[in-house]
Amino acid sequence: MSLWQFFAQNRAEVWQLTLEHLWMVGISMAIAVAIGVPVGVWLTRRQVMEKPVLGVANVIQTIPSLALFGFLLPAPWIGARAERIAVLALVLYALLPVIRNTYVGIMGVDRAVVEAGRGMGMTGRQLLFQVELPLALSVIIAGVRVATVISVGLATIAAAIGAGGLGEFIFRGLAMVNNVVILAGAVPAALLALLADFGLGLLEKRLRPA
Amino acid sequence: MRPASHFMPADAHPDVAVEFRDVSYRLDHGGTLLHGLNLAVRRGELLVLLGRSGSGKTTTLKLVNRLLDPSSGQVLVEGRASTQWDPIQLRRHIGYAIQDVGLFPHFNVERNIGLVPSLEGWPQQRIQERVRELLQLVGLEPQIAHRRPRELSGGQRQRVGVARALAADPPILLMDEPFGALDALTRAELQREFLNLQQRLRKTTVFVTHDLREALLLGSRVALLESGRLLATYTPEEFLHAKEPLAAAYVAAFLADSKTQGGA
Repeated sequence: MSLWQFFAQNRAEVWQLTLEHLWMVGISMAIAVAIGVPVGVWLTRRQVMEKPVLGVANVIQTIPSLALFGFLLPAPWIGARAERIAVLALVLYALLPVIRNTYVGIMGVDRAVVEAGRGMGMTGRQLLFQVELPLALSVIIAGVRVATVISVGLATIAAAIGAGGLGEFIFRGLAMVNNVVILAGAVPAALLALLADFGLGLLEKRLRPA
Repeated sequence: MRPASHFMPADAHPDVAVEFRDVSYRLDHGGTLLHGLNLAVRRGELLVLLGRSGSGKTTTLKLVNRLLDPSSGQVLVEGRASTQWDPIQLRRHIGYAIQDVGLFPHFNVERNIGLVPSLEGWPQQRIQERVRELLQLVGLEPQIAHRRPRELSGGQRQRVGVARALAADPPILLMDEPFGALDALTRAELQREFLNLQQRLRKTTVFVTHDLREALLLGSRVALLESGRLLATYTPEEFLHAKEPLAAAYVAAFLADSKTQGGA
């Protein structure tokens, strides 16, 4: 049976798992941005915290994903549903690129521009929202882009703990020693990653200041 | 010792817009950038701070709009200690132009110039009128209002920087080598225009430069700084005949420079 035949015969399930996959990645990226951007901004104001915070985020990244899913199983509330564990793990992995790029992006804003803004009497909030964040936005999006591509790949492993997504096909195919079934999960996952990379890349380019 | 009054000191002179009283500025980890500065800037004058890099010129400037606060002593702005001003109010009351201009690259010229008015909540209509007026004042075409800073030449950008500093009609201007990064011709042009502008507007201005020619051209007085100390204050006329060794050295270098340029 070819891959096309498999897709044709299992259209509903392919669609279902793709949606699950997207949902997992989407929710976790939203949470990672909601946490990571404020933390990155905070680091620019408390620069002594930069090394410890980025260090912790870095260490999290080094934990093998399968192990991280396992570690989170006994966690209260989170551990009760496989999808919650998957989302939390994806958030943890996504934090480093989001925090780091927010920090680097804001620190990279031309000092003369920030100085002029302060000298003209902008409040810290005005400076952040009207100057620093808009000028750092393309760098922040670049971080979100990296995090998203990583998440799309990592989310396939979430199937190992029963969280669903395109990894279902991959693990099923592995168990059945059937390459077509593995590819039925791997190819759409790869396409999603490429699509996210391309789309966010466009956005990043559009938002890049002169 | 003077009392650290929180209100307008009884001895504050009404003709003085900015006054430094025994002002020192030290860094947190040692190092003193400014030693016991005493200096008064009169209303309507253009006082030049002249000195090499590291002499404390920029530090002095930033103490006026509270980008820095003195470690000891007082900076009186309009008779009130700078630390008694709300920094945001104080800065909106003082025009600020710097060498790197610091135009916002994501704002067009109009939004750049209209920044302080818009922060102050002026109606849109009034901001637009003011921007048009200012563009004319600094010799720029009104069409430029919708361009981004990257589409301007260095000279145009600097003019926009000056217009932006003047936007809310502040009584005091701080200028930190605003023409320093320009080519010689454009610089001379902007200096002349700025002189005209200053003679019309009579803003109290503190102007930082390391260029004696600029100092003598623009300044009503020149304060000479070295290693964080004020050596002396001169009128341009006095400066040329000053006995002070550094002043004399400046003049000598200036004359030698003019000679080579004249011979070229």
